[in-house]
Amino acid sequence: MIQYYYLGSIALIAIGMYIVIAKRNLIKIILGLDIMDTGVNLLFISIGYVKNATAPIENVPGPYVDPIPQALVLTAIVIGVSVMALALSIAIGIYKKTGTLELDEILGVKK
Amino acid sequence: MKKALAIVLAILIFIVFALAFVKIPFGEKMSTYPHYYNPITNQTSNMSLPQHYLTYGKNDTGATNMVTAIVVDYRGFDTLGEVTVLFLASTGVGSLMYVENKVKKKVRRSNAVVETGSKLLFGFIILFGAYIFIHGHLTPGGGFPGGAVIASAFLLLYLAYPKFHAKHEKLSVSESIAGLTFVIVGLIGLIIAGYFLYNFLPFGLPTYLFSAGVIPLIYVAIGVKVGSELTAIVDSMMGVRE
Repeated sequence: MIQYYYLGSIALIAIGMYIVIAKRNLIKIILGLDIMDTGVNLLFISIGYVKNATAPIENVPGPYVDPIPQALVLTAIVIGVSVMALALSIAIGIYKKTGTLELDEILGVKK
Repeated sequence: MKKALAIVLAILIFIVFALAFVKIPFGEKMSTYPHYYNPITNQTSNMSLPQHYLTYGKNDTGATNMVTAIVVDYRGFDTLGEVTVLFLASTGVGSLMYVENKVKKKVRRSNAVVETGSKLLFGFIILFGAYIFIHGHLTPGGGFPGGAVIASAFLLLYLAYPKFHAKHEKLSVSESIAGLTFVIVGLIGLIIAGYFLYNFLPFGLPTYLFSAGVIPLIYVAIGVKVGSELTAIVDSMMGVRE
């Protein structure tokens, strides 16, 4: 039986994928990427969960949860924020040049 | 048409991922994980890798917080790479948002409550951020969350005072010193013991502030670096205002 934690984070990944494919607005695409990022982080953390365990800080008696996914996600969150800031500033630069954020108008596609 | 296709694709991805995760156990004890194989000594350990870290981590690194032990000690080189990614992103935002003809935007003054409140809170938020990264090896948190808290204090100042501007020169000085500290601590380890980021200081007693050798030193450097980089990102995205 699949766990609800996995289902929820996979749903976040699928929602982000849908936004990236279906939407044609740069800001929306970047937000979709961020939602996918959140889903992946949640998936990692829930894989490392152990029932009835505490945080891996060894001044309280164990059992502890798996510390490796937490260590990976800790840095991934900050990296995700900075990469999103970079993507958003690229979007702002495109807006200054072309005056629009719609991909179809930037690429000159006629509807 | 395209939206329907996208929905179908998203549902397909959902189903494939869900099928892949049906057999992955949730909340299982770590003794059921596959055992850790060491390719250098060509031996299979009698425990899994997280169990290995949790059992020997305290003696190996001196840190109480095992997440910190992994981030700064076992995978310290990896963290150096991640800090570099953050630096590159901050540089990229700075160069993209740089404006040559300084067109000054008009901004309204903010509320008196926000101005007074941010004046009162600024010091406490900085103090809290510093507390988080100084105690990174003992309590939850560390350099990355602490730096983000410090950047949020500066963000509050930007919201309250529209004319406020952090000086990029000073930010780059603190950031460079922090980055240099990380690399120099790693190089000292390379000189003393023959490998990068060797923990050369005495470990001290666990759960004390001065313990875990170089880990607090590196985490303070990471905290200052992340704080000044995120502040620089916020500052560049705000643009020039008057």
